[in-house]
Amino acid sequence: MQTNTTTAAPRQLPLWVIAVAFVLLVGFLGLIAWGLRRANEGPIRIGDRVPAFTLTTFDGQTIHTDDLKGKVIVLNFWASWCKPCEEEAAALEQSWQKYKAGGEVAFLGVDYVDTEPEALAYLDKFGITYPNGPDLRTQISQMFRIRGVPETYILDQEGKLHSVKIGPFASSAELEAIVDRLLE
Amino acid sequence: MRNTPASWGILQRNTLEVFYYFIKEETIQRMKLFIGILLFTAVLFSLAPGKGFPAQTEPSLAATPAAVTDDQVNAIARELYCPVCENVPLDVCPTQACAQWRDLIRQKLIAGWNEGQIKEYFALQYGDRVLAEPPRRGLNWLVYILPPVIFLAGFLILFQTLRRLKNAPQTDSPASPPTETIDPYLSRLEEELRRREKE
Repeated sequence: MQTNTTTAAPRQLPLWVIAVAFVLLVGFLGLIAWGLRRANEGPIRIGDRVPAFTLTTFDGQTIHTDDLKGKVIVLNFWASWCKPCEEEAAALEQSWQKYKAGGEVAFLGVDYVDTEPEALAYLDKFGITYPNGPDLRTQISQMFRIRGVPETYILDQEGKLHSVKIGPFASSAELEAIVDRLLE
Repeated sequence: MRNTPASWGILQRNTLEVFYYFIKEETIQRMKLFIGILLFTAVLFSLAPGKGFPAQTEPSLAATPAAVTDDQVNAIARELYCPVCENVPLDVCPTQACAQWRDLIRQKLIAGWNEGQIKEYFALQYGDRVLAEPPRRGLNWLVYILPPVIFLAGFLILFQTLRRLKNAPQTDSPASPPTETIDPYLSRLEEELRRREKE
């Protein structure tokens, strides 16, 4: 038996639903791509311009790195629970005392994931006088993608990364050799 | 020509019968009620206080040092993660830094801070990654909204499909022989072939 049948066209979704679903899907994929790209961004390399950031010190002073243009910046990441940080604490302060009067070098201490009472006790213990502040929301350490503490980043007068020291400085002379080269 | 085997027809009919059993009018009403409850629960869960990023609240009365127990400290520490160790809750973290943070929680409790304020302080100091639950703001909302939305969308699609199957006319029945449906184009083609064979 042969019969001719007419088949009903399959019901389709309205065009606007398809468009919205497509836009949402593309947006979601874009979001994932953006996140992955951010996650895979490498650390700031030597010679790269360091993005500007702000450090709020323990005494409430706000320091913008944009305002330090023309100065060499010694940026030291530390923590009160970090034993190797203690090894270089005195050397850093000694170097700061040397450059402080000249005004050509700025020292910034960034306290990495620490508690304020212990951090203040640490600063007091080693007599550190250059500006120090907490790394709020770990934004500064994330920008530099530090691997631990202590780490010291030295920026030249143009705000470009000049050198990186992973671990503590053995002496103030080691740090001063780098800074003096930039000041020449 | 396409033949429909009788066994396939029976299987199809039985499967449809099972579907129909499950999607009687009464069942449809229950499904609607279930979807309603799901939606309500999802909304209620996303708005539940004390979960996720804490709201700024008034400080509670200060406790004495003796009044703050280890259990109280650990109850908050459990909701936070060590900022320097990978995936270690603060209540079980053995490092000196974590001991300092637990002590900080104790000090804040003594100072009269509540759980929400302490969590907020930790998030401000060390970033959102220390929170056991992502704070409910910005893109983090996707984490809370997408799974129930996708689940509900899937459920609705399934519901619609079952409903459509129920409303579709039954073509096969054991009493009637399987019908042959011929495409007009195919019949024309067969006719043409037969005509050519004769020639």
